[in-house]
Amino acid sequence: MASPAKPGFFKRYLPHPLLTLTLTVVWMLLLNSLSWGGLVVGLVLGILIPILSSHFWPDRPRLKSLHKFISYALVVMWDIVVANIQVAYLILFRRADKLRSCWISVPLDLKSPEAITLLAGTVTMTPGTVSSDLSADGRALLVHCLDAPDPAAAVAHIKTRYEARLKEIFE
Amino acid sequence: MIGYALLFGFVCLSLAFLLNLWRLVLGPTLTDRVLAGDTMVINVIALIMLYGIMETTAVYFEAALLFAMFGFISTVAYCKFLLRGDVIE
Amino acid sequence: MDKIFFAELLVSVLIVAGGIFSLVGSFGLIKLKDLMTRLHAPTKATTLGVGSTLLASMVYFLVFESKISMHEILILLFLFLTAPITAHFVAKAYLLRHTDPQKDLPQTQRPHGWSTFDAPPASPTKPPSPKADG
Repeated sequence: MASPAKPGFFKRYLPHPLLTLTLTVVWMLLLNSLSWGGLVVGLVLGILIPILSSHFWPDRPRLKSLHKFISYALVVMWDIVVANIQVAYLILFRRADKLRSCWISVPLDLKSPEAITLLAGTVTMTPGTVSSDLSADGRALLVHCLDAPDPAAAVAHIKTRYEARLKEIFE
Repeated sequence: MIGYALLFGFVCLSLAFLLNLWRLVLGPTLTDRVLAGDTMVINVIALIMLYGIMETTAVYFEAALLFAMFGFISTVAYCKFLLRGDVIE
Repeated sequence: MDKIFFAELLVSVLIVAGGIFSLVGSFGLIKLKDLMTRLHAPTKATTLGVGSTLLASMVYFLVFESKISMHEILILLFLFLTAPITAHFVAKAYLLRHTDPQKDLPQTQRPHGWSTFDAPPASPTKPPSPKADG
């Protein structure tokens, strides 16, 4: 973000509105009760911390559409539950030497670091895959599959189910 | 009914804990031991939650929260040490 | 009366499911053969185990103590955010110490290798991902 000569009011005192909101909500959750005093302290923290730490966040990740993000979160949550049952089944009822585990390399179309981080986290939490490494230029993801009879299909699954959605949200 | 479920939960988690200890002692590599420690922390959080339900008190949530944070930070610090030979560069 | 019964049933089922998933995750830690497959067990099974235990606690305090308890959501969010990161770090530590990037791993299909072994490109045409410097 190129800094203009005179930053506007919002740019200066509310550099990251989403971070402010998140901090306030987390403070209220920590308090575990709803009170006006708590809300005021939470808002003060939520406004002060982004200002003090704004040097560490030169860019702010842009969300294109909130409802797409929410639907993505719901898809991921459902997949986490499915993944858990699937992995539990594999652990209990499959002989350990019959597992066809393999490494796959997923080329990334995503460019923003936030989107890649989110994709890596999603891949780890969803069926039978753990993201293990990123290529040095940040354009390919190394993924380990617990049980993948067809590695190419696993790559296609990650790209169509998660990466395409993230691309719509962030880029 | 909840009493029996709690008993079952305690038995399961204690067994899980013993298995983790086994991996911690046996673990052929250092990373295995780190992983076992991380799993132990997650099981401890579940155990604290069950104890909170049994005693009907919310006092232990802070303990569980602190456990989650310290478990995460210690695992990351240990892995960072294995990766770089240093924790803070 | 029925409402109380269903709440008890829900809490009990959630506690039992949590216990079983935690046990299965820890059993996978023992049963599976090498670290990368072992990594799957605690990151997935255990997370759902803790998740359902936390949900049980939330329902219990909501119904029987009529307190809305929010700490569980915080712990759950924290665990779901940090589980992939710890898994990523453990995998990277394992890769560095016990694998050969030429023999064991697939190629990146890029001019650069995997970031555990290769330094990031010098010219910052694109900001490096936060995970790349781990």
